[in-house]
Amino acid sequence: MSLCALSPLLSRVCRFKVCRRRVQECSTTRCTGWRRRCPRRLPVLCCGVRSVSTQTDKENIDLSKFPADRIRNFCIIAHIDHGKSTLADRLLEMTGAIAKTEKNKQVLDKLQVERERGITVKAQTASLFYSHQGQQYLLNLIDTPGHVDFSYEVSRSLSACQGVLLIVDANQGIQAQTVANFYLAFEAQLTIIPVINKIDLKNADPDRVESQIEKVFDIPSEECIRISAKLGTNVEKVLQEVVNRIPPPVASTDDPFKALVFDSNFDHYRGVVANIAVVGGQVRKGDKITSAYLGKTYEVNELGLLRPDEHPTQKLFAGQVGYMIAGMKDVKEAQIGDTLYLQEQPVEALPGFKPAKPMVFAGMYPMDQSDYPGLRSAIERLTLNDSSVTVQRDSSLALGAGWRLGFLGLLHMEVFNQRLEQEYNASVIVTAPTVPYKAVLSSAKLIKNRRAIQKNMVYIDDQRVMMKYIFPLNEVVVDFYDLLKSMSSGYASFDYENAGYQAADLIKMDILLNGRSVEELTTIVHRGSAYTAGKAMCERLADSIPRQMFEIAVQAAIGSKIIARETIKAYRKNVLAKCYGGDITRKMKLLKRQAEGKKKMRHIGNVEVPKDAFINVLKRKDK
Amino acid sequence: MCPSDEGQSSINLSDPFARMIRRTFLGARRALSPRGLRFVSGGEIIEDVSERAARPHLTEQASLYVHWPYCLRRCSYCNFNKYIPREDNQHVMAACLQREAETLLQLSQVSRITSVFFGGGTPSLARPSTIGAILETISRRVTLSDKAEVTLEVNPTPAGMSKMEDYCRAGVNRFSIGVQSLQDDDLKILGRDHSSHQALQTIEEAQRLCPGRVSVDVMFGRPRQSAETWEKELSELLRVCDDHVSLYQLTLERGTQLFKLVQQGEATVPADDVMAKMYRRARRTLHQSGFLQYEVSNFARNNAVSHHNTSYWKGTQYIGVGPGAHGRFVPLGAGAVAREARTQTLEPDMWMREVRQRGHGTRRRVQLGRLELLEEVLVMGMRMTEGVNHEHWELFSPQLGLHEVFGTSTEVQELLQSGLLILDDRGLRCSWDGLALLDSLLPALLVELEAQILSRPHRDHGADGQTQKTSNPR
Repeated sequence: MSLCALSPLLSRVCRFKVCRRRVQECSTTRCTGWRRRCPRRLPVLCCGVRSVSTQTDKENIDLSKFPADRIRNFCIIAHIDHGKSTLADRLLEMTGAIAKTEKNKQVLDKLQVERERGITVKAQTASLFYSHQGQQYLLNLIDTPGHVDFSYEVSRSLSACQGVLLIVDANQGIQAQTVANFYLAFEAQLTIIPVINKIDLKNADPDRVESQIEKVFDIPSEECIRISAKLGTNVEKVLQEVVNRIPPPVASTDDPFKALVFDSNFDHYRGVVANIAVVGGQVRKGDKITSAYLGKTYEVNELGLLRPDEHPTQKLFAGQVGYMIAGMKDVKEAQIGDTLYLQEQPVEALPGFKPAKPMVFAGMYPMDQSDYPGLRSAIERLTLNDSSVTVQRDSSLALGAGWRLGFLGLLHMEVFNQRLEQEYNASVIVTAPTVPYKAVLSSAKLIKNRRAIQKNMVYIDDQRVMMKYIFPLNEVVVDFYDLLKSMSSGYASFDYENAGYQAADLIKMDILLNGRSVEELTTIVHRGSAYTAGKAMCERLADSIPRQMFEIAVQAAIGSKIIARETIKAYRKNVLAKCYGGDITRKMKLLKRQAEGKKKMRHIGNVEVPKDAFINVLKRKDK
Repeated sequence: MCPSDEGQSSINLSDPFARMIRRTFLGARRALSPRGLRFVSGGEIIEDVSERAARPHLTEQASLYVHWPYCLRRCSYCNFNKYIPREDNQHVMAACLQREAETLLQLSQVSRITSVFFGGGTPSLARPSTIGAILETISRRVTLSDKAEVTLEVNPTPAGMSKMEDYCRAGVNRFSIGVQSLQDDDLKILGRDHSSHQALQTIEEAQRLCPGRVSVDVMFGRPRQSAETWEKELSELLRVCDDHVSLYQLTLERGTQLFKLVQQGEATVPADDVMAKMYRRARRTLHQSGFLQYEVSNFARNNAVSHHNTSYWKGTQYIGVGPGAHGRFVPLGAGAVAREARTQTLEPDMWMREVRQRGHGTRRRVQLGRLELLEEVLVMGMRMTEGVNHEHWELFSPQLGLHEVFGTSTEVQELLQSGLLILDDRGLRCSWDGLALLDSLLPALLVELEAQILSRPHRDHGADGQTQKTSNPR
């Protein structure tokens, strides 16, 4: 791989960053394979070469020609599936950042999980050059995840922007995360350009959506831009409005250098790649910079624009957004929200961000303890690129050594798990998510007995209602969204945000086997649902433990009070009475298998509990 | 097929065993030097040779099982290796059984067959002359004493019954009758081709021919059966039966008609707890009628135990002849020194072809290592009420006694304390309650056995030890 990365010729001729990125994740052989394939790809590459030639020009373009007033930093925010990434594809094509081909489908979604699920998980940055009324503008686009779990990514991205494109599906109208994302932008006091997408759809009703936007967000309907990102209809208008309506960043190249680290990635060969927004001054290759957070000093090895692939430049100026590699070996060194300044020229640190607060915790354990080292390195590597995941070592007597991971939400957890499996070929046992907190529900009809308190209800139009509830999160985390979806035949959408901790009547519940506590099954439950939860756990456990030679009491207890009980009756007979004609082979095999299984049992007192039993009780139920 | 799991000679086994050992020492001495030579000249140690090294007499004799693979119809519960014959090929089958018996006897180099068992399938479909010919073949090759137990499974049909006298003339001296049930309705569900009346007649006839050497097979846990009706039925049977009873729990086997019926909800079998109750009550009833339980499913009075099956449980050699038959013996004739688990080809036509081509239809041979052998000795031995006594164990494990293997395990200690298991100066055995839970006890014992064997490498595994043992004339 290093061959490829180091070859300047190769980098110039091809859309090298794409291949570089890909190649970095695999081996040398893959790289040489790609090189051999290169000529055959020529027809495709032609377009690439054209755009690269402009890139090459621009590589030499002095970024100092883009003072702050020629810069626009903006995000695309939307409810999931409303077409953010498709619009991003068009914008990239129109500005020549990528070749215009049929194949451009969510170019910025690079992860396998993103492509499979058709969602954006990780915010991506792309710098676009755009000519408007004879002037060259540098537009920095940040494509953000739509799902609520990743709103942390959104809010981080917003901090580097002055405006947003709020995409709304012309058919579906305002959805839960449209609202959530709007408020994020609104609270950040950003300029909001509503874009009604998918007007080409048969059932598109842009008029209705405009009136929704007016009613809910108080944005005049004439400010809405109607487009079809898929067909490219009116997308040019979007770019024009970005330049016209979004204010340039307030930044001066005369100030001392000051930059915000708003994202970071980890590259195995080059270390941390920090995404930075230059708030003041300028920075050049070779500069010594200091992290306000750690006070550590680094030398800038490489910096440049993301177009969306890395595009090295000599300098970055105030108002610009780009990447920087400065010999940081640990992703923790590039603390998101950190302020960077030139050595010896300290500045007042930017407010930064609150660290991402995990909302859902789940245990992750290797299927087999021998997989532990492999899984550990997979988790380590994955968390390098997803610093919002908190990792705590944990061990369960039943499942062995593992981790307790904190996620921003359920989808986040699923995505993480999927990435572990897909990108690192790791197989894990995920225990049921836990943690009590609350949620706000919006939209659609649903009656719930989940300790929710209704806060308000707003009719968005005659077809859609928005309801807000305060929920304890643990009522929501496992299956609420799926239930909601199925009850509303898919029409309801759901979003939640942390409403802070509230006093709740929570208690510790122990699970006992013949009076001995099974520590890995101890849980925190709400007093009101303790009985149900205890009963359910006892039932699942009792179903999973095979009968033994004595009776087993499976109990749920709060303190010394037993609140639920299941009994596993003793075997009174367990002997198969036959051995036809000396055929004992089968019998021996069966017994040997049982003997092998016995070694893997967990003993709680004299009760043998198969590992499966814990998994059955702890594992999230499959949907 | 009428499974026969029954019995053995006497509850006090030490005597016949001691006699057997004394007898075989003579033979052992005779045979030792050539085999010792073969071993030494072979040069390398193939596997564990403790069996032969320590106890040459064990390879001197064997019991012999003959499988008759044909049935007239399929019983709804049976998944055993049986076939409905398309044509009368008795002659070919008879010839092949004889041929294979000859080959395997030669291969095993045993000098004596201690018992013969004709099982199936339905061996009472075989002509008495066929049975006679097989027995003759055996006794031509090796010693088959007149007193040796020769059992034949009989289907209690008029046809089966009519041949019994001729079977006796052919050399059969014990009958195992597949009564299964005295309820005609149940016999229909089970797919049997006899009635309870015919069963009673067959028992009577068998008792006339071989008094004190008749066993009945009876099955519990049948569809719709309750513990109460079962107990009544068993008592009724005990009034008319001879001195041996084999008790089976109906086991639903995949692929049987009954399994399908239960899966489809068209039939139900008693729940586990009811099964347990039936077993417990049967044990009690049999005990009250003077039957001593000597194995998990076998009961005898007047010492009428099955010698043949007891030899399985004692871990002695057996030769399996016929399609799908299993054997456990050292094929000394092929130069082997370790016991093998051998399985014959299942399908009769295929098996016959193989026998005609190469004299036997052995499909699979697996050499048993020291651990595997001890595992079988343990698993089979623990089925007996007397369990595995120290002398019995020592035959197979001279270096590592029962106390050494099981005495230190905390889990075994718990089982001892809970009264399910007994380890004393007689040996290791189940208590009355423990026997019903044998399949739950065995995994714990097997875990311990493996740990002990693996932690102590076999001391006479080296060439020196072998040579010394095998060349010792005693």
